[in-house]
Amino acid sequence: MPIEPPVDSPRSLTDAYALLADMPGRPVAGGTDLLVQITGELGEPPARVLDIWHLDALRGITVEADALVLGALTTYTEIRRSPLVAEFLPVLGEAAATIGAAQIQNRGTIGGNAANASPAGDTLPLLLACDAALVLGSARGERIVAAGAFWPAYRRTALAPDELLLRIRFPLAPDRQVRFRKVGTRRAQAISKVVMALAWRADEGDHAPWRDVRLALGSVAATTIRATDTEAVLEGALPDERTADRAASTLAGELNPIDDVRSSADYRRAVAARVLHRLIRDEGGW
Amino acid sequence: MTRILPAGTQELLATDPLLVPPGSRTPGRATQRGPLRREGPAKLTGVAKYADDLVFPGAWYGATVRSTQPHATLLAFDLDDAFDWSQVVLVTAADIPGDNVVSLIRDDQPILVPIGGEIRHQAEALCLIAAADRETLRAAKRHLGVRTERLPAVFDPLDSTEEFSHIEVRRGDLEAGFAQAELVIEGTYRVGHQEQLYIENQAMIAVPVADGGVTVHGSCQCPFYIHRALKRSLQLTDAQAVVVQAETGGGFGGKEEYPSVIALHAALLARKAGKAVRMIYDRHEDLSATTKRHPAVIHHRTGVMRDGTLVAQEIDVVMDGGGYCTLTPVVLSRGVLHAGGPYRCPNVRISGRSMATNTPPNGAFRGFGAPQTEFAAEMQVNRIAEALAVSPLELRRKWAYREGDTTPTGQVLRESVAAIEVLEAAAEASDFARHSAQTQNARAARQSGARLASGIGIAMGWHGAGFTGSGEVHIAGVASVELTDDGVVRVLTAQTEMGQGTKTIFPQLVAEELGLEPDAVENAPQDTSIVPDSGPTVASRTAMVVGGLIIKAARHLRAQVEAVTDRPFADSYRDFVLEHGALRVDEHFEPYPNVEFDDATYTGDAYPAFGWACAVARVEVDLDTGEVAVRDVVSADDAGRIIHPVLAEGQVEGGTLQAVGYATIEEIKLLDGRYLNDRLATYLIPTALDAPRIEAILVEKPFSGAPHGAKGIGELPMDVGAPAVVAAIHDATGVWIHDLPATAERILAAMTGAPVPDPPGVSVPAPEGGAA
Amino acid sequence: MSYRFFVNGDPVEVEVPGMRRLLDVLREDLALTGTKEGCGEGECGACSVLLDGAVVDSCLVPVCQVDGASVRTVEGLGSEQALNDLQAAFLETGGAQCGICTPGMLMAAEAFLATNGPSDDELIREAIAGNLCRCTGYTKIVEAIALAAAQRRAADPH
Repeated sequence: MPIEPPVDSPRSLTDAYALLADMPGRPVAGGTDLLVQITGELGEPPARVLDIWHLDALRGITVEADALVLGALTTYTEIRRSPLVAEFLPVLGEAAATIGAAQIQNRGTIGGNAANASPAGDTLPLLLACDAALVLGSARGERIVAAGAFWPAYRRTALAPDELLLRIRFPLAPDRQVRFRKVGTRRAQAISKVVMALAWRADEGDHAPWRDVRLALGSVAATTIRATDTEAVLEGALPDERTADRAASTLAGELNPIDDVRSSADYRRAVAARVLHRLIRDEGGW
Repeated sequence: MTRILPAGTQELLATDPLLVPPGSRTPGRATQRGPLRREGPAKLTGVAKYADDLVFPGAWYGATVRSTQPHATLLAFDLDDAFDWSQVVLVTAADIPGDNVVSLIRDDQPILVPIGGEIRHQAEALCLIAAADRETLRAAKRHLGVRTERLPAVFDPLDSTEEFSHIEVRRGDLEAGFAQAELVIEGTYRVGHQEQLYIENQAMIAVPVADGGVTVHGSCQCPFYIHRALKRSLQLTDAQAVVVQAETGGGFGGKEEYPSVIALHAALLARKAGKAVRMIYDRHEDLSATTKRHPAVIHHRTGVMRDGTLVAQEIDVVMDGGGYCTLTPVVLSRGVLHAGGPYRCPNVRISGRSMATNTPPNGAFRGFGAPQTEFAAEMQVNRIAEALAVSPLELRRKWAYREGDTTPTGQVLRESVAAIEVLEAAAEASDFARHSAQTQNARAARQSGARLASGIGIAMGWHGAGFTGSGEVHIAGVASVELTDDGVVRVLTAQTEMGQGTKTIFPQLVAEELGLEPDAVENAPQDTSIVPDSGPTVASRTAMVVGGLIIKAARHLRAQVEAVTDRPFADSYRDFVLEHGALRVDEHFEPYPNVEFDDATYTGDAYPAFGWACAVARVEVDLDTGEVAVRDVVSADDAGRIIHPVLAEGQVEGGTLQAVGYATIEEIKLLDGRYLNDRLATYLIPTALDAPRIEAILVEKPFSGAPHGAKGIGELPMDVGAPAVVAAIHDATGVWIHDLPATAERILAAMTGAPVPDPPGVSVPAPEGGAA
Repeated sequence: MSYRFFVNGDPVEVEVPGMRRLLDVLREDLALTGTKEGCGEGECGACSVLLDGAVVDSCLVPVCQVDGASVRTVEGLGSEQALNDLQAAFLETGGAQCGICTPGMLMAAEAFLATNGPSDDELIREAIAGNLCRCTGYTKIVEAIALAAAQRRAADPH
């Protein structure tokens, strides 16, 4: 039986803010990460926990003007079942389906994935590739942090100790395409070896160059990262063989992954390049 | 989907693959499906009590303090004065009344390392603590320091100079064989650790008894191993040491010998505390400390003629035993005896060594050495077929043992040889020849940008039934059938149920002999104070050896009752009890006729009989990533006579998936002699989505030495799955992966010519400065 | 803290730390040991229960989040003498071997069957992909769930 740190279960956001300001505790949403930490096998468990599961203000999927907005407590199951996600950002549903299995998808949340700040977080490359914004709140008010600024270092976030992640906004762009690919050891219940999201915008037609290209990867660095050198290769280019070759080799040169229990640096680098090559090839239709 | 296929009915199969010929039912089999699982309803309702479900009011919690060094001298324990040690019980080696030895083959493994003693691996038990509650226990562990002096560590068995055992098997004239050969093929194959991964972690609860004895309840395969260990180290009499098996959530060999360690630990704590003590491992501790399948390095040199005739086999097997001997010599022995594969060869030399390394000891796991060596053997066959440009199916047809052939130990296979039958059954059911032609054409025509590639692969194997050599004679098992005072027929054996179906087939076999319904026969509990020592539940011996004993016991019981009542047993046994009281028949193992083995020279009948298996696997490989999806596997297995088709299929299906995991994703990396894959988030086994569709074909080629003809089935599928999958990967990609598991990393490196990943099973040294 | 919720339809109240895992509350505080612990980190699914109808790993749910909810465990299915249709299908096909994954597997299967959706092989496998079994190779488990699905459809075509 694990360690059982003290916990508060506020029923309103105001109460939650007050508790956090008074005695900061680690927020627990669906518990799929934190309840593993209290076993004490992966370092020190948190001294105090704030249960945010009952904060209904953090639930719900909506479309607001120019963005798809997901409450931080939105579960992967809710994402998979959401007609709005299916209509406006189907790739997010694809990503949610690759996470864990039914039990994890019923409890794990997109906010938890972001706040846990694992470099292997499966949805995080999509947040980066889609220029998502994270809305944070505290008794001091709300602020917005771009996904690109949310993970400053290994397992760190931009959240202050008294802040909660409230919701995530995915800006919508009708001419944007997004692709997602996860490479893991097995087909379910697997932490990624490489996880990748590629987004770009292009006009209609076969020979429209890509612009606003975003390539984000997980499990290849201390945080989820953008591969900016490779993005530069793809920016303004057509998805032809030459572009794919150049982008793949640039990516292999740009990444500096590590050997760990799940995979090797060599494999991660090679596979990231090969998967990117495939994504471009599939788009180019050659 | 499954079919029962009596040997020699291929023609029938060809015309209607789903037909089970009505006349083919074996006499003595009650129904086609067999009775329902005896303890099934209890398991399906949560009523069944596994060790951690047992409640002992006032029980304390026990924990093991382990080494964090791969090799060191234990200097001292430092007890922090800030902690009140009077509230806990601490047990060190000094508290052991008897021998400080985990009783197995060699007396090398201490129960706890004594002060001044040698620590030989990272997970080694140093001392034990028990407390009334978990919080106090955790605090005590935090306040206990261990002082050690590090010694140099050895991680690669090829570098080790400490040998646990060696064996050599010779037949014919090897030099002459190679001189004659027109083609010589060599290969080195390396396999890593594999975890049994029973879903129920190891667990033991010891309860002290007023007479100084102890009763241990827990998850185990072999209650009498534990019984012996307790008697010796706690200086108990037969009656004072009592071992009771709780419902056991899987074993696969992992609960053969290791439970003795936990039972000893729990018993030592319980006796000192004067309380019941629970030692329930969590998954992390279980993965870190308990035994794994032995890593091995196997080198083959094979001589063949251009026409495919096999003329010489030279095989060198090195197994990594880890820090202590445990069962390693027996594992090596089985590995060596199976290393040539089920093939006739006139000139053979197989040599095997088992070596010590500073890693946690390796032990029993389904297949027991054979999956490692048979993987290498089948890789070699498939590579030779490629070199000769013949079909791997054809080559096996040519090489496979027939009745009358002689094995490397000089054993003449007089009967029950089904190598060709399983080969043809699997080839037929999988349509091997057609698919193989298709995948080869596809490979030839493949464009450079293709993403997916399909492949098909075949492998066959054999598995000696029961203990090796004179093992059964040494065990001298006794099993009983009794008619109780209450008029109940009861089977008494030490054979444990761990999912494979013991509790279902034993009453079934006895009921058939007595003319009763299976439900009329009960199982005595696996409690060492009640049942005789019928030997361990290992080596696929339960159905064959002990099943045979209880059939004979039932026959004797029937004869004795009918001699008195002069009526059929079923109609008269209750009257018999009323008049004459209880009656029990103890059946002692008798050697199988004409089976002789010389342990000194390794010649003779290594096993009373062999089971035979063939697997055909189909895979899809992602050429971008090296990821493998095993789509389907056909496994044809001969177990002599099938007692219970549903349970037998369950063994084939489960064993096949374990083999698929072994082939593809189950990997343990080590750092400084410590397993890095020590959680379920890092040691991955296949999920339902990863599992292939498995078709089990049960072939029956009975063994006359067993009254029911059964040979055992549990281990067969484990021997053949991995090489079939790796052959299919080769068929898809054109690359041979010599190391297991054939991970995406190894496959992609082979396809792209990138540097080969580190060999499996060998620890990376600690970073500079010693301890990691 | 005191938490009130329903287990298999019965109201319960427990006085335990809020971060206690639902698994421990069920097994130790409520003596419902049918739910098993296999890994303690949401990988094996042996501890699966239904929480307001959704299958969850009870080792990952703190009891403070169960307050007011409805929990269903293997003890809430049929009894030894009267198995429910799913349990009977497992018994018939041989879907339970060592039995330790079985309670969790049954609960994942119940959640799947409750969707009343299609039940092809792949969908069944996805539904139980969070439940590891080391004995069966999953073949007979998938068969059992398909059998129960067919029976439920036959019994209630709507």
